[in-house]
Amino acid sequence: MTQVQEQIRETPPETIDLRHEFADLGIGDVLDQLDSELIGLKPVKTRIREIASLLLVERIRQKMALATTFPTLHMSFTGNPGTGKTTVALRMAGILHKLGFVRRGHVISVTRDDLVGQYIGHTAPKTKEILKKAMGGVLFIDEAYYLYRPENERDYGQEAIEILLQIMEAQREDLVVILAGYGDRMEKFFQSNPGFRSRIAHHIDFPDYSDGELLWIAELMLQQQNYRFSPEAREAFTQYIGIRKEQPLFSNARSIRNALDRIRLRQANRIVAKLDRTLTADDVMSIEAGDVLASRVFTKGIGAAGEGR
Amino acid sequence: MRVTQGCFSFLPDLTDEQIAAQVQYCLDKGWAVNIEFTDDPHPRNTYWDMWGLPMFDLRDAAGIMKELADCRRVYGDRYIRISGFDSGHGWESVRLSFIVNRPREEPGFRLDRQEAAGRNLHYSTHSYAAGRPEGERYADQ
Repeated sequence: MTQVQEQIRETPPETIDLRHEFADLGIGDVLDQLDSELIGLKPVKTRIREIASLLLVERIRQKMALATTFPTLHMSFTGNPGTGKTTVALRMAGILHKLGFVRRGHVISVTRDDLVGQYIGHTAPKTKEILKKAMGGVLFIDEAYYLYRPENERDYGQEAIEILLQIMEAQREDLVVILAGYGDRMEKFFQSNPGFRSRIAHHIDFPDYSDGELLWIAELMLQQQNYRFSPEAREAFTQYIGIRKEQPLFSNARSIRNALDRIRLRQANRIVAKLDRTLTADDVMSIEAGDVLASRVFTKGIGAAGEGR
Repeated sequence: MRVTQGCFSFLPDLTDEQIAAQVQYCLDKGWAVNIEFTDDPHPRNTYWDMWGLPMFDLRDAAGIMKELADCRRVYGDRYIRISGFDSGHGWESVRLSFIVNRPREEPGFRLDRQEAAGRNLHYSTHSYAAGRPEGERYADQ
């Protein structure tokens, strides 16, 4: 009797072609894209590959009817400013969607303001509203440590945290939560909220970029905007990176982007200063050493005010 | 007597999976989804109480199914319906409405006939359940 029933029930496949499965999902493309478009971040990429492999195997196990529980996918991204946490979180949603672990693959990016209310009874509906919006996708909480304010015991952040934890546990299939923040403050946050640490499966630390990587990022950014460094300007920018890194408030790729914005400003200024000539495309594309060297970073030296001009 | 109003009401009760699929359809169309409940099943009672706020800007039915589960926990002995409101120009009205929860016993309606002047008859329907005050109508189930 039982044998007959066994036969009637659809039997899971005994063998699955791994390559076919891999190609079928198209995560190879996503991972390659991640590799080519994001510079550096070696440990992050390795970790994402690991997670993707795990999820692929988990999917195959599901097909073979071997999987018992839904894997926990909540993540925490820690790292210094400008190390690409938000960018990776957006990509992560795509990867999870392709693997079929989130149904829609949209990202709802929030900060404390969106979750915590201003008066008693305001927080719970507000948090639930956001959670409902994020269902079927990824909830990205930037600077998550602001949720918890130990100095004020009547702070409503705690309430938001409790609701979050509850949903993170109960509706793991519906929603993936990614927390992001600077390393040391996230550490403190997890210490005071041990429930969070244990509910998050993947802690990924984003390393700072090396000088070479920063230069590479700068060139990529310029290329995307149809600009380029002249050889001398590249030399000057390498120096710029070296000096700027030692100064306070350095925030990796973000500082580079800001520096490039100011360099473009100076380039435009230089071009407009001489009105009586004809311009070629090359003129407006190329950035000269002078544009870079005019930065205040060079003149004021170490210890100059934060985001120096 | 089984109350039949809105979509699907002549079919067997929808399962949660089927409800989720219908809700997803509404969301994909960009309609605001509402959960409403009542214990007065009279067909002319169009204004039911709302459970929370209308839900728009959602992408996935899971959030609404969670609200429905909460609503059932509190008002499991009443009628609950889900409606999809289309705010699009020219529509601006409910496009889809279906009952997702009903009391276990539905006692039905009494038809009152009132003899009026001449040989006229005035008819009115009267829900047996509505004989009791609001909130107690299906309470003993």
